[in-house]
Amino acid sequence: MGKKMHIQMTVNGKAEEFLAEPRELLIYTLRERLNITGPHIGCETSHCGACTVTLNGKSVKACTVFVAQADGSEITTIEGLGTPDALHPLQVAFKEHHGLQCGYCTPGMITRATKLLEENPNPTEEEIRFGMAGNICRCTGYQNIVKSIKAAAAEMNAAKEAAE
Amino acid sequence: MKDEVESREDRVGKLKGLGCSRKRVEDARFTQGKGNYVDDIKLDGMLFGDFVRSPYAHARITGINIDAALKVPGVLAVLTAKDLEPLGLHWMPTLAGDRQMVLADGKVLFQGQEVAFVVAEDRYAAADGIEAVEVEYEELPVLVNPFESLKSDVVLREDTVDEDGAPKDGAHGPRKHHNHIFTWEAGDRDTTEQVISEAEVVAESDMYYHRTHPCPLETCGCVASMDKVNGKLTLWGTFQAPHAIRTVVSLISGIEEHNIRVISPDIGGGFGNKVGAYPGYVCSVVASIVTGKPVKWIEDRMDNLMTTAFARDYHMTGRISATKDGKITGLHCHVTADHGGFDACADPTKFPAGFMNICTGSYDIPTAFLEVDGVYTNKAPGGVSYRCSFRVTEAVYFIERMIEVLAIKLNMDAAELRRINFIRKEQFPYTAALGWEYDSGDYHTAWEKALKAVDYEGLRAEQAQRIEDFKAGKTRKLMGIGLSFFTEIVGAGPVKNCDILGLGMFDSCEIRIHPTGSAIARLGTISQGQGHATTFAQILASEIGLPADSITIEEGDTDTAPYGLGTYGSRSTPVAGAATAMAGRKIRAKAQMIAAYLLEVHDDDVEFDVDRFVVKGAPERFKTMKEIAFAAYNQAIPGIEPGLEAVSYYDPPNMTYPFGAYVCVMDIDVDTGVPEIRRFYALDDCGTRINPMIIEGQVHGGLTEALAVALGQEIAYDDMGNVKTGTLMDFFLPTAWEVPNYETDHTVTPSPHHPIGAKGVGESPHVGGVPCFSNAVQDAFRPFGNVHTNMPHDHWRIWKTAHDLGLHG
Ligand code: FES
Ligand code: FES
Repeated sequence: MGKKMHIQMTVNGKAEEFLAEPRELLIYTLRERLNITGPHIGCETSHCGACTVTLNGKSVKACTVFVAQADGSEITTIEGLGTPDALHPLQVAFKEHHGLQCGYCTPGMITRATKLLEENPNPTEEEIRFGMAGNICRCTGYQNIVKSIKAAAAEMNAAKEAAE
Repeated sequence: MKDEVESREDRVGKLKGLGCSRKRVEDARFTQGKGNYVDDIKLDGMLFGDFVRSPYAHARITGINIDAALKVPGVLAVLTAKDLEPLGLHWMPTLAGDRQMVLADGKVLFQGQEVAFVVAEDRYAAADGIEAVEVEYEELPVLVNPFESLKSDVVLREDTVDEDGAPKDGAHGPRKHHNHIFTWEAGDRDTTEQVISEAEVVAESDMYYHRTHPCPLETCGCVASMDKVNGKLTLWGTFQAPHAIRTVVSLISGIEEHNIRVISPDIGGGFGNKVGAYPGYVCSVVASIVTGKPVKWIEDRMDNLMTTAFARDYHMTGRISATKDGKITGLHCHVTADHGGFDACADPTKFPAGFMNICTGSYDIPTAFLEVDGVYTNKAPGGVSYRCSFRVTEAVYFIERMIEVLAIKLNMDAAELRRINFIRKEQFPYTAALGWEYDSGDYHTAWEKALKAVDYEGLRAEQAQRIEDFKAGKTRKLMGIGLSFFTEIVGAGPVKNCDILGLGMFDSCEIRIHPTGSAIARLGTISQGQGHATTFAQILASEIGLPADSITIEEGDTDTAPYGLGTYGSRSTPVAGAATAMAGRKIRAKAQMIAAYLLEVHDDDVEFDVDRFVVKGAPERFKTMKEIAFAAYNQAIPGIEPGLEAVSYYDPPNMTYPFGAYVCVMDIDVDTGVPEIRRFYALDDCGTRINPMIIEGQVHGGLTEALAVALGQEIAYDDMGNVKTGTLMDFFLPTAWEVPNYETDHTVTPSPHHPIGAKGVGESPHVGGVPCFSNAVQDAFRPFGNVHTNMPHDHWRIWKTAHDLGLHG
């Protein structure tokens, strides 16, 4: 067991502060320490994306980030994207277009997709497929995930236009 | 009343019943990160257990020292076989009638085998504890090839031989050799041999259907909590069959079944991986009893790929005979089945090779014979149905390859060869040469529709041109057209011939209608992404006339759900779906009596109409199901008990036989071996369609898993028995980037014996998809002399095929 470190981070807008071994992985911190169980574990080797969160504005796989590396960071998980009364357009679109089945990949998928649409608000199908290639889904065959993301992009762009 | 002016169509629409692409009720929690999977469960004082695993594939264990591990901060206990032996739990029964070590009892038989169970305060402490356990191994000769295993003097399992070293009988009869598990036969050996020896044309092929793994995104796991005060054990876990797990736990632990509660929470995909009983479950239960605290065990991905539930690993040899003009006369199939160190296949008891005897496929083959030999090797146990119904994937791959091989021999178009051999519509119900009675089908219509949709002739013309261009040096890409026509056998199954550990494979549904006209229904199955909460409510809505949105579906808690055999082998809709419809009909029968009483007419004078009972000939006189529900609870009706509830246990009279026609068009770069899927057309006939949106989703998913298996996914071993594909780095799971868009289509041929005519669809695309992708690859090389190459067709193997055929100049 290593010496514990003093860690501070903001998760879904809430300030957190605790002592942790530096070897603790961020996914463990979120799921076990902070009870944020939306992000899942599918591989712990950066391949599946089930653990995807947004860390300081970038999509990262929380299974391969040490908590020590995340000290001082700002993190958003699926829990921070929408509320039951005001869902994120991606949350709506995934349901509407059957973009999920067992739901295990879904939090990581949607969290990644929010970043993808920030980076590229109007992606082509190819860009979506490439941009989502770090997130594996075993159930859907991706076709409806692509459809969901496209629909959400259209929705978000229309809302933006209406606001302007 | 507003209701009276509503059209019948509006009333039907409101129910969101059969045939409606109803959006899924499950999705709200999953899209908001509020699913409740087993690893999300947290209990006070919960501990974490994890395994010390064997680095060797075959070794004797000469010593285990746990002293250092027990000194690691946070480690509470270390269990070994010695600790389990007094409880009789160091071995456990498998679903296939064999036994499996829970913790290594003197030796290990595969890499990754469970040797000791470390129980600690958290995962990190458990990992530290595992590091500190010292195990001494003495290596033994390793057998990874079943053919060598059958010749070897090395006895893999000492419990298979008597004192003189002679093989003892196994669960399925005599053994031919000490490493032999069973022989299973179907059909008529002598007639088949005779037909083939006298045939005008015989085609032969050896094929290896490689070992792979279902690999759902969520691994297996459980939380065991023994409440010593009340004597109750609660076990949460990734169980595809919670009731069967309860019975097994009771039988092996001696805890009375009423004191065991098994709960399957949300499950992150199963695909067959979560049917079996694994050492982790047993060890967690024991650890909870020993420590008095809840114990969680969750596999990591390596554990999952290396130890729980491989699929396939069938070495198949086929001979198919025909007349000169292509009419098939006979089929012979021999399988050498590699079962690994323990026979832990998840098949109905009487079917040690599953439903492999569906291998005559969709064709009217008068004579056939199948023989399967199961063999022990130093590989992980399993043999589960990976998105298929008990070896159907192997069977369909076998016949769909044999058809292609025969077409080559006959120099005939493979689509035409299929057409002239299909079982004809008027032959149903059709009894196949290997014993199954196919319930219904219209193969010719489906085939014509598929070929027309893809312009089959146009594709063949384009392919011919491509070959010209290739030969002329104008392109380095070949074009392959993959065909497959499959018949599945799902919905296990009739209690008369299907059981698991003696438990008949019926299923069940219990319905309670609430006074205000909503309802809860509980089933013996468990969803792992199939959307049961959505679709079963639709079946009920159509049966009982209450909106699907007012019906809660609950599964997976053995304390509340009626007994059922769970979800796998596409059995939920054929069996539990039927139970749901039947229970709904019981509700309706009682509702009819209540309606007649309220309307002051005879029972026979009212009839059901969408959401109400109406007086025959007087549609303005009616009682809605909502009104009837209330009356059931607030009126004293002479001769009728209060309340409105029903339960049905459904024993299916037969399996259901979904079918489909698939076409894949592929371009293959002969220099890189990279296949590009240009088009994939899938026509499925799953009988009555409950929710088209969900069916389509199942087809997309099943095809993608088929693509994976055909084009690269495998569990490979080296000669030392080391797993070469133990992480997602090496084990191929396709991403959005590799997967095409699929075109889906359908015909509808209802099952004649199922209450609503539904057949099940979850596995069809996988079963039909694998041979379709494989046939596309093989078809591309057919003009250059390819007859058969084994899967998985990864880039290297495709390149190698091109190379061996001399296409690299
Ligand atoms: S769990 Fe992090 S990428 Fe798979
Ligand atoms: S919905 Fe199951 S893994 Fe994506």
